[in-house]
Amino acid sequence: MSGTWLTTRAWLLMLPLLIVMIAVIGWPMMDTVRLSFTDSKLVGTQGSFVGLDNYVRMLSSTNFTRTLVTTLWFALISVTAEMVIGVLAALLLNQEFYGRTVLRALMILPWALPTIVNATLWRLIYNPEYGALNAALTQIGLLDAYRSWLGEPATAMIALIAADCWKNFPLVALIALAALQAVPRDIVSASLVDGANAWNRFRYVVLPYLAGPLVVALVLRTIEAFKVFDIIWVMTRGGPANSTRTLSILVYQEAFSFQRAGSGASLALIVTLMVTLLAIAYGTVVKKFAGSAA
Amino acid sequence: MAQRSLAASIAIYAAALLLALVVLAPIVWLFVMSISPAADLAAKPLHWWPETVDFSRYGVLLSSVPNSAGAAFVASLYNSLIVAGSASVIAILIAIPAGWAVSRTPSIGWSLGIVIGTYMLPPVALAVPLYMALAYLGLLNSLLGLTLVYLTILAPFTTWLMKSGFDGIPRELEAAAMLDGAGLFTTLRIITLPLALPVMGTSALFAFLLAWDEFFYALLFTSDQRAKTLTVAIADLAGGRVSDYGLIATAGVLAALPPVLVGLLMQRVLISGLTNGGVKG
Repeated sequence: MSGTWLTTRAWLLMLPLLIVMIAVIGWPMMDTVRLSFTDSKLVGTQGSFVGLDNYVRMLSSTNFTRTLVTTLWFALISVTAEMVIGVLAALLLNQEFYGRTVLRALMILPWALPTIVNATLWRLIYNPEYGALNAALTQIGLLDAYRSWLGEPATAMIALIAADCWKNFPLVALIALAALQAVPRDIVSASLVDGANAWNRFRYVVLPYLAGPLVVALVLRTIEAFKVFDIIWVMTRGGPANSTRTLSILVYQEAFSFQRAGSGASLALIVTLMVTLLAIAYGTVVKKFAGSAA
Repeated sequence: MAQRSLAASIAIYAAALLLALVVLAPIVWLFVMSISPAADLAAKPLHWWPETVDFSRYGVLLSSVPNSAGAAFVASLYNSLIVAGSASVIAILIAIPAGWAVSRTPSIGWSLGIVIGTYMLPPVALAVPLYMALAYLGLLNSLLGLTLVYLTILAPFTTWLMKSGFDGIPRELEAAAMLDGAGLFTTLRIITLPLALPVMGTSALFAFLLAWDEFFYALLFTSDQRAKTLTVAIADLAGGRVSDYGLIATAGVLAALPPVLVGLLMQRVLISGLTNGGVKG
């Protein structure tokens, strides 16, 4: 069979996928680009062409700058915490102890909990009047009076990050654990014989096996954190005083609350561009580590 | 394995206990809230365990008395099942031929990069035109409209999974069948697809859970009981004026049940897969 025929046959088999992807992804993407150069409203009249106005206005607004900083802050802190706690948990689960299998199975629970249920659960835990966090901290004497954790700008972001971290660190832990189990026992024993201390053993024996999967998890988690919407929408809607408003929330407000489809689209494309850069980083990293994987 | 010192053992068990507590406490609390009488949840100091266990909220939410909290919940449960179910089935039917084609044809391998790339697109990039198109077609607040929109996520995702699944099936088996005179479609039907059945199952299952968890599009494109999904219904409960927090918790437990059960069962498959792979090399 000739190569041309094989290629044609492959495209024919991909036809249903191509049609669907053009209809629900390709076309909307192009239309977002078109809209971003217009002053269209979400409902009603077709807008007119306004050139780069939307981009200039969005990029120069203090709202955008502030929201970008909030998003980066959320992504940086939550992903860092998830990676550190995830790796520590994996190192622990890689030890031998009674109940290890059960504990490993439990790690799947936060990951499996739907994001909306997780957000709702933590919203209840942080409740200013009846929440479990207030009750627990008061009963052990760490807190004098109940606080509104999600209602104060000083604590809302940290409370959100804690909830996000709780749901996502187990996934990092499971990925890291799978990588740890690929470390050959004899290399570890050899390093013990050579008298390597715990830190050197981690740094020179274990880390090379962990690095690849961890970098992949890191980039994927960063992309997810950058796009975050659900958990924030349910827990704070971007408040109080916009202190937890991330880029996706801002796009939602612009395009749907204020019904400004044109400027909303331009903002959405700015976000998309940033996510694309992260995704390219992901592609590069995966290629690099796929080549060197043991 | 070297013998551990007593101190190291104590440290390990303490850390394991802490980890178990961190992972379990919020989930257990969600369940406890769902079975505590409202008075216990509003008590100060808080009652951590109810004096009388109260399962009545599960009955309330799963009853279909018109205009009750239950009716809205049951409707959203039904909507989620229909949308997630049909979107997964359509996605997997599209993904099987596409995944096989990408897996077996190196000359179009690059297209997988685009497919995975679209999976990473932020939903906000597509939301505005999708909203306008659904409004134009009269498909806002409809199960069909939401199902079509969910293909933006599920079609790339399942294609990606099916492609890796087909990669694991030796193409020599297909070549052998073809040498014996079987045509392409016969070969796929009697050799490849039966072997790919487990992958199809897990891909469809993961697709279902992805749609089950979806919130952003459902929030934008549905407005009442005719199409609101479970996630939107729960967000409504959480953000609304429900005075009984136990009811919100109960809705959460019910929505979490399917993915949690699947997660626990799949974990076994996952771990045994890892260890088997290690033994066989």
